[in-house]
Amino acid sequence: MVLQILAAGAAVPVVADLAANPLVAFLYLVAGVLFIMALRGLSSPGTSRAGNRYGMAGMTIAVVTTLVTHVPRHAAMVGCGTFPLPEPCVVPSMKECCLVFLGPDFGAIVEILAAIAIGGGIGFFTARKIKMTDMPQLVAAFHSLVGLAAVLVGWAAYLNPEAFGITEGFIIAPHSRIEMGLGIAIGAITFSGSVIAFLKLAGKMSGAAIMLPGRHVINLGTLIAIIGLVGWFTQDESLWVIGLVTALSFAIGFLLIIPIGGADMPVVVSMLNSYSGWAAAAMGFTLHNTAMIITGALVGSSGAILSYIMCKAMNRSFISVIAGGFGAAPEAASGGAKEQRPWKRGSAEDAAFLLKEAETVIIIPGYGMAVAQAQHVLREMGDVLKKAGVNVKYAIHPVAGRMPGHMNVLLAEANVPYDEVFELEDINGEFAQADVAFIIGANDVVNPAAKTDKSSPIYGMPVFDVDKAKTVMFIKRSMGGVGYSGVDNDVFYMDQTMMLLADAKKMVEDIVKALAH
Amino acid sequence: MDFVSILSIFVMACFVGYYVVWSVTPALHTPLMAVTNAISSVIVVGALIAAAASGIGAAAGVSKWLGLGAVVLASINIFGGFAVTARMLAMYKKKEKK
Repeated sequence: MVLQILAAGAAVPVVADLAANPLVAFLYLVAGVLFIMALRGLSSPGTSRAGNRYGMAGMTIAVVTTLVTHVPRHAAMVGCGTFPLPEPCVVPSMKECCLVFLGPDFGAIVEILAAIAIGGGIGFFTARKIKMTDMPQLVAAFHSLVGLAAVLVGWAAYLNPEAFGITEGFIIAPHSRIEMGLGIAIGAITFSGSVIAFLKLAGKMSGAAIMLPGRHVINLGTLIAIIGLVGWFTQDESLWVIGLVTALSFAIGFLLIIPIGGADMPVVVSMLNSYSGWAAAAMGFTLHNTAMIITGALVGSSGAILSYIMCKAMNRSFISVIAGGFGAAPEAASGGAKEQRPWKRGSAEDAAFLLKEAETVIIIPGYGMAVAQAQHVLREMGDVLKKAGVNVKYAIHPVAGRMPGHMNVLLAEANVPYDEVFELEDINGEFAQADVAFIIGANDVVNPAAKTDKSSPIYGMPVFDVDKAKTVMFIKRSMGGVGYSGVDNDVFYMDQTMMLLADAKKMVEDIVKALAH
Repeated sequence: MDFVSILSIFVMACFVGYYVVWSVTPALHTPLMAVTNAISSVIVVGALIAAAASGIGAAAGVSKWLGLGAVVLASINIFGGFAVTARMLAMYKKKEKK
């Protein structure tokens, strides 16, 4: 019962090249352009919501176009053993039989829709429930899914190349094998790397840098092996080649991220963001799909730029971040003997008194604020001060938190208007006029050693000039820990510094109480 | 489409991406990551093709299930990514003018 035969001619692949249909190609292009507009919208908070909607529209167009042009059909073998094979015969690789396509396979349609519904439900539910402080690990988890999806799609294309229209005669076209191999490799690296990043960010694994002996040699060797195998794959499309590429790529993703810890996480998260884009682009090359290529390029460059901004904000080279090991063990060599220097401890009441008298207060939040979930009470404190006529501003360092823009989201969540929040270069000149620099959960980003001490590991990193402020309030859990870099901070010991030693949330709550009377 | 035209689209898109992303305000870098994550799930196109492909034989069957698995993963990302971006962006408010 041959209801419909889709393609004709032995030389034509089952699913014709998508780009061959101008309307389909056009729709994927529209999707790609909408994705560009989605990113463009993020240039200001005012246009960002429209941008997100462009993104959703683009995705809807891409998905619906694919669903409509790829309706699952029943397949059957006919004319087995007959010569010549009945015309039109669809799959040339079935040498002795002819594969024909029959009516729509409703079972398969239901399966696909169910897969979308299950995934969509999980995604939507997670997005609604996640705490804003947990965004870094959520993003890392999402990256891992893109990576794994790329691996699965690559393997699906390898196992059923006719369906993707990438065959040349009876074999997969060599250039498609390169694209497929690269897509699988990048996808696998993204997956295992993101899983490690997720575990570290979620605190399910030590955030510290874990060093393996001889890791540079191992990593480099593995990378070379992967590239060599992808090259070999063009000559030999056996299962073991692509299997080994996949396995080694999973391993290298794991090995690359394991030695990177704590404060370098913003770079890692951005880098994995970039990889997930390149994986999508590689798959786009395989499928000749413009939407995937444009998106892959956008996401790839986006992640790369974010990594660059993060590295620059720490004055570290990308290579040295990737090489890892920063902050693994504080170097005892620099400075020599640890002297006890005098520092002043303040109480919530002292702080409240000074804050109320101040004209300008600049608040510098850091990762510690996120850990203590202190953003809401901090905004409350800001409100009380504003009512008392104090000019309150927030200063955010590019690498504050565990991902780019992390602090901005937390302050936005706490209802801090975004026009009270300033970037490093916009506000750094104002510390000289500020009465109080209020540091909550940040440390390295205010360390003057970055400006003066050439031997310091954070030398050259742009920092806030808090030492110019009349008074510095430093909320810190104890005098023990000294920031992620393990460097002592001269700010603790300045005359105008008041150390507020307590949990950030508790301390700010106490200050708010003290401000009330 | 031949390889050169695909490569041209890719190279142009890299440039577009470069300039568009530099114009993104640093305050929105977290939503940028969330939304780029959502749109990179356009890989769902490949997943849908694999899931919809019919073929005879074990390899084609495995391919279909891999495709379905990828559809689930990519859908988590699409819905999760856009929803969490929308949630974050809804929080960015301007100072109320008095």
